[in-house]
Amino acid sequence: MEIVKQLKLENEEGLHARPAVKLVDTANRFECDVTIEADGREVNGKSMMSVLTLAAAKGTVLNFITRGADAREAMDAIEALIVSKFGEE
Amino acid sequence: MEIRRGIPVSPGIVVRQAFVLDSEDYRIPRRFVADREIEGEIERFRQAVKAAEAELIGLKKEVLHKTGTEVVPIFEAHLRMLLDGHMHEEVTGQIRDNGFTAEFAVSRVFRKYSKSMKAVRDAFFSERVVDLFDIQKRLQRTLLGKQREDLSHLTEEVVLVAHNLTPSQMATLDRKKVLGIALDAGGRTSHTAIVARALGIPTVVGLETISIDVSGGQIVAIDGNRGIVVVEPDESALDGYRNAESKYRDFSRSLIKYRRLSAKTTDGVRIRLLANVEFPWEIKNAVENGASGIGLYRTEFLYAEDPRKLDEETHYETYKKALEAVAGEELVIRTMDIGADKLLGADSLDHVPESNPFLGCRSIRLCLEDPDMFKVQLRAILRASALGDNLRLMFPMISSLEELRQAKLVLADAREELDKKGIPYNRNLKVGVMIETPSAALIADLLAPEVDFFSIGTNDLIQYALAVDRGNERVASLYKATHPAVLRLINTVVRAGQKAGVDVAMCGEMSGDIAFTILLVGLGLKNLSTAPTAIPEIKQVIRSIDTKDAKRIARRAMKFQTSEEAAEYLMEKTRKILPEVF
Repeated sequence: MEIVKQLKLENEEGLHARPAVKLVDTANRFECDVTIEADGREVNGKSMMSVLTLAAAKGTVLNFITRGADAREAMDAIEALIVSKFGEE
Repeated sequence: MEIRRGIPVSPGIVVRQAFVLDSEDYRIPRRFVADREIEGEIERFRQAVKAAEAELIGLKKEVLHKTGTEVVPIFEAHLRMLLDGHMHEEVTGQIRDNGFTAEFAVSRVFRKYSKSMKAVRDAFFSERVVDLFDIQKRLQRTLLGKQREDLSHLTEEVVLVAHNLTPSQMATLDRKKVLGIALDAGGRTSHTAIVARALGIPTVVGLETISIDVSGGQIVAIDGNRGIVVVEPDESALDGYRNAESKYRDFSRSLIKYRRLSAKTTDGVRIRLLANVEFPWEIKNAVENGASGIGLYRTEFLYAEDPRKLDEETHYETYKKALEAVAGEELVIRTMDIGADKLLGADSLDHVPESNPFLGCRSIRLCLEDPDMFKVQLRAILRASALGDNLRLMFPMISSLEELRQAKLVLADAREELDKKGIPYNRNLKVGVMIETPSAALIADLLAPEVDFFSIGTNDLIQYALAVDRGNERVASLYKATHPAVLRLINTVVRAGQKAGVDVAMCGEMSGDIAFTILLVGLGLKNLSTAPTAIPEIKQVIRSIDTKDAKRIARRAMKFQTSEEAAEYLMEKTRKILPEVF
């Protein structure tokens, strides 16, 4: 199964260290592949180092692609995290 | 293959493997392992990650205990980066596919990440590179264990790649093993550059990120004549550089024959080539290179220890030794030329940091503020002058006539003190000033009647005239010796000297750059003082030119509107004489 979803970062920090930790931790809870695409660049959503190289600030629109058996659950969890502004605000 | 351009500061060409000193000064000693070692190498990497993880968890607890929860997210982020499965795959992939050592694979993978992070415009993200380095260091410390090596224990010939080198690192490096240097920081006149030239090591600086982009063990070509560094040159480039290296070596050897030849132009005008030296041991080197004296003897090294303990005897003994070493040739001693921070020690209680030290209380100003301290050095120079009338004294940083008069007044005081004690000195001691502020250059006609000689210090003169800090890599490219303003200032000084019958020398870095030799001779300079290693080349240029041609070329160079045009033109003219160098 493959799910694609466009999500906008609304939290103040964007994907700075703290939110990135939460995102990577969430992605790693699932078996499926998590890919994040921005500005034509794709990175592995389970890799902290790669996620940081996205340098995604507040307002950035990211394409999330989940692929695998639990792709649906993974996407729901990621969406909930981003919509809740990483539970910080 | 990657070609990088920087600032050439010490001539010569060399191709060797790189020895990279990172911010923590470790290096990767070995790049490859045998096939049978690959699994063991991967296991070493896994163990290093485990050890680093344990360290980080320990640190996190400690920090939590000491400072509360504030800093914990940083360690959380570090842990995620360290345990990043994607990164692990890349590292093990590099070990498995290329047979790299764990150290080298880690260094390659982290460089890749730091490159893409540095490319980011957002300052917060680009600063995460620091975190990457931190994690990499943790891994490498475990991987390298006791193998960490330093500069003084090199076993093979290398080119040294680093962010910057401290004067003490420069002083201790092994000349037989370090054959070339490439640095991120620095400019033509940085301390590192001066020492590299003195040691005759081909060097390119101002390369901004070379220490990040090159991994230890990679082959690097350094062209210290043109300021080019090639990382992992392809086969034809490698051949080209190896060839150039041996040609340049032959060329340098051929220059030795110029040692005994005089520096005369083809129409018989003699130019005196002198040497700039900092340490007493350099004097011998200078004489071996054919210098007809020392045009600038820097005395700052004496103040490196505790200046308050620096007594007259230490000064005197040093000058006496220098006089013995020059064996009757001219020796120009420049009085202390340092900033207040160096004299007092930056952590001294009396030390108030200046917001603008280059425009602050440095050099002659500092000496005039404390005449008693200044007189210690002046008495020692005067006493040494009794040993030979080849000794001359020079005041640095003079910016007005009042300042010169004040300095001479302190000198008169020092003489009087010696007179009272009946201690001999040369009553005709020649006293000159360095022309290194634009104000001094513009009033050279007013200074001339009160001195015996001028010496143009181009490093500071250019820095002050163009308002460019030569050590700041962001503006170093604006530092241009051929700027029309600089050429006009030099011309003004030479004319004022000629009119008053005062000797004019040049002792800045500009006089040691063969691209400017024709210009300087053409402007009428008869005394050039340079780094000792530059002398044979300069001599070769002088022996190939006619002063009438040089004058014409200088006049033309003065007419260009931009520094680039003038530099290009002079380069072109020099290339015709010395094609081996450009």
